[in-house]
Amino acid sequence: MNKLVLGSAVAAALGLSAATASAATLDDVKAKGSIQCGVSQGLPGFSNTDDAGTWTGLDVDFCRAMAAAIFDDPEAVRYTPLSAKERFTALQSGEVDVLSRNTTWTMQRDTALGLNFAGVTYYDGQGFMVRRDLGVASALELSGASVCTNTGTTTELNVADYFRANDMPYEIVAFEKADEVVQAYDAGRCDVYTTDASGLYAQRLKLTNPDEHMVLPEIISKEPLGPVVRQGDDQWFNITKWVYFALVNAEELGVTAANVEEMKGSNNPAIKRLLGVEGAFGEAIGLENDWAARVIAHVGNYGEIFERNVGPDTPLGISRGLNALWSEGGIQYAPPIR
Amino acid sequence: MAVQDGIESSQKASSFIYDPKVRSLFSQAVLIAVLIWLGYSVVQNTIANLERQNIASGFGFLDTTAGFAVGQSLIAYSEASSYGRTFVVGLLNTLLVSVIGIAIATVLGFIFGIARLSNNWVISKIAYVYVEVMRNLPLLLQIFFWYFAVLRSVPGPRESITVFDSIFINNRGLKLPKPLYEPGAGLVGISILVAIAAVWLLRRWARKRQMATGEQFPVFQWAVAILFGLPLVVFYLTGSPVSFEYPELRGFNFQGGLTIIPEFVALLLALSVYTGAFIAEIVRAGILAVSRGQTEASYALGLRPGPTLRLVVIPQALRVIIPPLTSQYLNLTKNSSLAVAIAYPDLVSVFAGTTLNQTGQAVEILGMTLAVYLTLSLLTSALMNWYNRRVALVER
Repeated sequence: MNKLVLGSAVAAALGLSAATASAATLDDVKAKGSIQCGVSQGLPGFSNTDDAGTWTGLDVDFCRAMAAAIFDDPEAVRYTPLSAKERFTALQSGEVDVLSRNTTWTMQRDTALGLNFAGVTYYDGQGFMVRRDLGVASALELSGASVCTNTGTTTELNVADYFRANDMPYEIVAFEKADEVVQAYDAGRCDVYTTDASGLYAQRLKLTNPDEHMVLPEIISKEPLGPVVRQGDDQWFNITKWVYFALVNAEELGVTAANVEEMKGSNNPAIKRLLGVEGAFGEAIGLENDWAARVIAHVGNYGEIFERNVGPDTPLGISRGLNALWSEGGIQYAPPIR
Repeated sequence: MAVQDGIESSQKASSFIYDPKVRSLFSQAVLIAVLIWLGYSVVQNTIANLERQNIASGFGFLDTTAGFAVGQSLIAYSEASSYGRTFVVGLLNTLLVSVIGIAIATVLGFIFGIARLSNNWVISKIAYVYVEVMRNLPLLLQIFFWYFAVLRSVPGPRESITVFDSIFINNRGLKLPKPLYEPGAGLVGISILVAIAAVWLLRRWARKRQMATGEQFPVFQWAVAILFGLPLVVFYLTGSPVSFEYPELRGFNFQGGLTIIPEFVALLLALSVYTGAFIAEIVRAGILAVSRGQTEASYALGLRPGPTLRLVVIPQALRVIIPPLTSQYLNLTKNSSLAVAIAYPDLVSVFAGTTLNQTGQAVEILGMTLAVYLTLSLLTSALMNWYNRRVALVER
């Protein structure tokens, strides 16, 4: 009896390891019927649940775009909310298929963690938020301040670098969850709240009196945020990369959710290739040829996603800035589909 | 003849198979072999998977520069220190809160455990409410409660509550004057040790004398006099070699002096109040386990309730109290890892948190962290087992 139980336990353990060992994420995803997408535990504008409990945001829309490309159904996504600390382990262990969780692309993460960054869906930088009544106008006046931040983020390292480089003493208070950082800052535990500038604007909405707080002008780091996949599955990496490129190319070519059907009849060969009217680009990444048309029909192009979630008309009110297309003064740029 | 031989040998073989001793040995050997193989294959699988996924492994990262700051450190630490040092910093912070927490929880537990048995209705009901409320609320919730209660109820640095112009309380922590040691301070330290040794000897001598002659000696009054008197005399004779650095409000906050961060206070309060409620129940159970006859006999001998409790009841109750008390101590140590929720930089927050995330080496770091908690727990229980053997009933 004992042996039987043990035997089945062993078999189960081996079965599990065999499942993680298989490299073809696309096949797994198709078999499951949905993408498992790692998102944040609640960052307005990027990944957050609305009143109805639906996930919304720029990072969420990226997952929906991938689901649209694969299943022609943007709802075929299951979300796993992850803390900054858990996110890489969750991806490495196969718990999520793609991590779309405002994650900064760094060399160490790209090389030593067995991960691949598929692109930059949002160019960000780290900033500081303080109470207006402190009378601080620049980050260089923050000597001796208490700084609240998240553990397990590049933020923690940047703030250390910045204060060291400027020879300013400071006290760090690092929490695991973003909500706790906001609460502690709101309760007056810290003078300064630091995270990516987009996050500051988003979290400011959660404060008791958002108007009493201001974001300082200094941006102290480069924070290219983007979707991440595991190394060792080039097909899945390609799909992730090209879904992002398709979103940017669509904006550049003027293809929107509203006009995508009409654009299929366009004379522009670049648009024809993007929408799968010409060529077999979808097949090459294991999808249908109209993969990009599905993406745009369901979630819109990059510009539409940006405006809907974080743009000037949203509570976050972030202007395009660096995230404008390269042709419009920004640095969002995608290789051509040909 | 040949037929009989055959029967005999088959009987031997069958008796070998059906021998319960052989069978149990065999099944145990199989079990051990399977367990070893299971462990081995788990390790092999992990190594193979890490390699296949190009994830860095090994302990080389411990020498790499950490590059991040830690809010509270008992040893010298800066951003230029190594990841290995973050481990020590986190470990010491865990030990600090655990050891002080255990001490406070024990005191609270004994006070409320005894109070619950009090004949005074108000006192026993207060203890009852304390135990029932604290024991039945989730610890994490209590930690948040204390943290935000501490943070919200005290003012900001510029409106600090000031005590004697040298102690300041604000939402950045408790600021105390920091002692600065000058030459001669060592002698004061030695005099404190001498005083402690003297009190111990005095106590032994007083007890011996009481055993021999029945005369009591006012040990407590003398102990206080020696403990405070001797170091004070030495302090003034050496020309006051200890001065204090007072915290000063500069810029955002007080600079200089010693700081006790609010995260530490909140965690310590939550852990000790929560565990104290459990210890109170253990103490109550221990005291109730001592037969009523013991108390009555003690009263009959003319002892008052205080000495009865101290000399008759508690020493016997300890035999019942110590084993479950040990598991409460272990619980407190392990629960201290909830610190991560309120930014107290303990081992889990600093090492299994930030360091893990910066290096990505989950297997090694979690392995080390697990080993630490296991070691701490085993050490605590070894210590308590030793104490248990000392107080256990010696049967003659």
